[in-house]
Amino acid sequence: MGDVAISCERISKRYRIGERESYRALRDSLASAMRAPFRRFRSSSKRSNGHEAGADNTFWALNNVSFEVRRGEVVGIIGRNGAGKSTLLKILSRITKPTSGEARIDGRVGSLLEVGTGFHPELTGRENIFLNGAILGMKKVEIKRRFDDIVAFAEIEKFVDTPVKRYSSGMYVRLAFAVAAHLEPEILLVDEVLAVGDASFQKKCLNKMQAVGEEGRAVFFVSHNMSAITRLCQRAILLDEGRVLADDLAHKVVGTYLRAGTGTMAAREWGENSPGNDIARLKAVRVRTQDGQITDVIDIRQSVGIEIEFEVLQSGYVLVPNYYFINEEGVCAFVASDQDPEWRRRARPVGSYVSTAWIPGNFLAEGSIAVGAGVSTMDPTTVHFYESDAVAFQVVDSLEGNSARGDYAGHVPGVVRPLLEWTTRYNPKREPAERHT
Amino acid sequence: MSASKIDGAQLDNLEGGDGAKSSSSPDPGVLVIRPPSGWASLELKELWAYRELLYFLIWRDVKVRYKQTALGAAWAIIQPLFMMIVFSIFFGKLAGMPSDGIPYPVFTYCALLPWQLFAHALSESSNSLVANERLITKVYFPRLIVPISSVLGGLIDFAIAFVILLGLMAYYGIAPTLAIFALPLFILLAIITALGVGLWLSALNVKYRDVRYTILFLTQLWFFLTPIVYSSSIVPQRWRVLFGINPMAGVVEGFRWALLGRANPPAALLAVSAGAVILILVGGLYYFRRMEANFADIV
Repeated sequence: MGDVAISCERISKRYRIGERESYRALRDSLASAMRAPFRRFRSSSKRSNGHEAGADNTFWALNNVSFEVRRGEVVGIIGRNGAGKSTLLKILSRITKPTSGEARIDGRVGSLLEVGTGFHPELTGRENIFLNGAILGMKKVEIKRRFDDIVAFAEIEKFVDTPVKRYSSGMYVRLAFAVAAHLEPEILLVDEVLAVGDASFQKKCLNKMQAVGEEGRAVFFVSHNMSAITRLCQRAILLDEGRVLADDLAHKVVGTYLRAGTGTMAAREWGENSPGNDIARLKAVRVRTQDGQITDVIDIRQSVGIEIEFEVLQSGYVLVPNYYFINEEGVCAFVASDQDPEWRRRARPVGSYVSTAWIPGNFLAEGSIAVGAGVSTMDPTTVHFYESDAVAFQVVDSLEGNSARGDYAGHVPGVVRPLLEWTTRYNPKREPAERHT
Repeated sequence: MSASKIDGAQLDNLEGGDGAKSSSSPDPGVLVIRPPSGWASLELKELWAYRELLYFLIWRDVKVRYKQTALGAAWAIIQPLFMMIVFSIFFGKLAGMPSDGIPYPVFTYCALLPWQLFAHALSESSNSLVANERLITKVYFPRLIVPISSVLGGLIDFAIAFVILLGLMAYYGIAPTLAIFALPLFILLAIITALGVGLWLSALNVKYRDVRYTILFLTQLWFFLTPIVYSSSIVPQRWRVLFGINPMAGVVEGFRWALLGRANPPAALLAVSAGAVILILVGGLYYFRRMEANFADIV
């Protein structure tokens, strides 16, 4: 067995538009067969050779994708919806075939495109473990051998013989993942399954996947969860419209992805029609590191500056720049407004202003943060402008052990993650010999 | 690792991991994924490697069917039994349909048994790919397993209903002859017929959902083309071989011969039936294999 677990060479996949979603009625097929001679005649003059969308109702879900994955590597696949991530996984797990190109896979593959595939609600937990195990490619003896581990991992000991339709959704997901987690493949293909289950169970799954990577097996992991990608994967591949846009260290690729415009960016400037009124107008918002670099990825230990540039068109107003910080779940982590004594309760003269608020390191939790930026007057309350999603950035936690997560690798809940000061009082236990003297 | 270029058709679809062995491959562990080629092999070896999944799918279908129904296994008996009673009254008694000297209830029940097996297998297998859509779009396994498992699932019901036949035979004092040992052959013939047609219809059903509606119509038509309520002896001698193109005619007459102790096996009829079955099966396998690569994309 060689060092390379997966190698993809110029993999392409073409879909007919609408083919993926819907089946056809025979009638439609007959109708299109009748029209076909005419259509062929019309399109023959402009048939394209390249892999371009639009030609005869097809599009390329994957377009000349090449890469290699070595043993022991945990590789993340990111990209927008429709970028081809799932298609790539489906080809690697042999559910569908490529239109052209070739992939080589060296080792036993376990693919987890969905948790609980083939679970039947009428069957008991025990029965579903065997059924699901067989579907995932386990031999009956293997399932028998790992049965107790699976049940323990899923924490469903008391309900093994209850039909899964009576399970809570949490139990259902735990059981489903437990079966998959005990597959022990040499190559694990995983699609966005960690989006389910409660936080503590997600942690367990992440740890399990990390363990798989450490055992020298390859993990190929598709996710929208950027913090999971940066935490789990050393390397990431960014797909965009079926092409490989970046293939590099995970945190670099995540940065590229966020910059590449999913509506989130580290710096934004407004021109003619900028938000505002005849008193104040927004000109720009930027995310900066301590040394002034514009960035969209911030190490959790570093402080980050949010800069707002605005123009005052009429003097005589007290203006308060303010920010809202919204995390990926839509929760407002906190709100900040400028309380600098220099401009507090002081009317601003006409001109251009740049204000920066510094968020300390070890404060925000990891994940992506969208910043809403505005300028208001407090008395009477007037919002001169407020731009939600003005900028966004990504907080990345490290596994070096000196952030608030310490050496713990799993999911850490909470919108903030401060590194607190801890104190300990220690009372040494007396030696038993001394006690009785 | 540098697996050199190797013969594509042989390795195409090769099973990864422990079961994979191919003489033409320098590195048997390597799985090569390629675009579908026009010619698809049967991959019986891979099918064999997945036999446990086949077993579990059959087991699931049977278990769920009996768990979800109030009467459970009784359904296997109720259907053919009531049909037999109705047929015996209307065709046997009132219409006086000839039954080759065999008591009409046994005559028709003996034919209803393989027919039920066939009709059930046909409708289940035709719907099987669509019904197992989740599996097909999320996990890889040889797709043939799906229609095969749904065909074989009917055997349990068949075995239960068979007990009633033995009771009927005892009641009418019909002792089976040595010909009973040929019975598995006819069961096999019925199953393969259902599978052959089921392969066609299941693959078509993925693409054209109209198929679902044709199945009911098809089985009804097929029912009357099969000598269940009547005997093939009412078909003129010179047409009788042609009659065998319907493999179920061969199966039903074979059943009557094997169980009810008729003198001569319907040899010519059976030969035609067997030939027809082989054609249907080979065609079905070919069509299924050709369509297989697209199932996950269009189901």
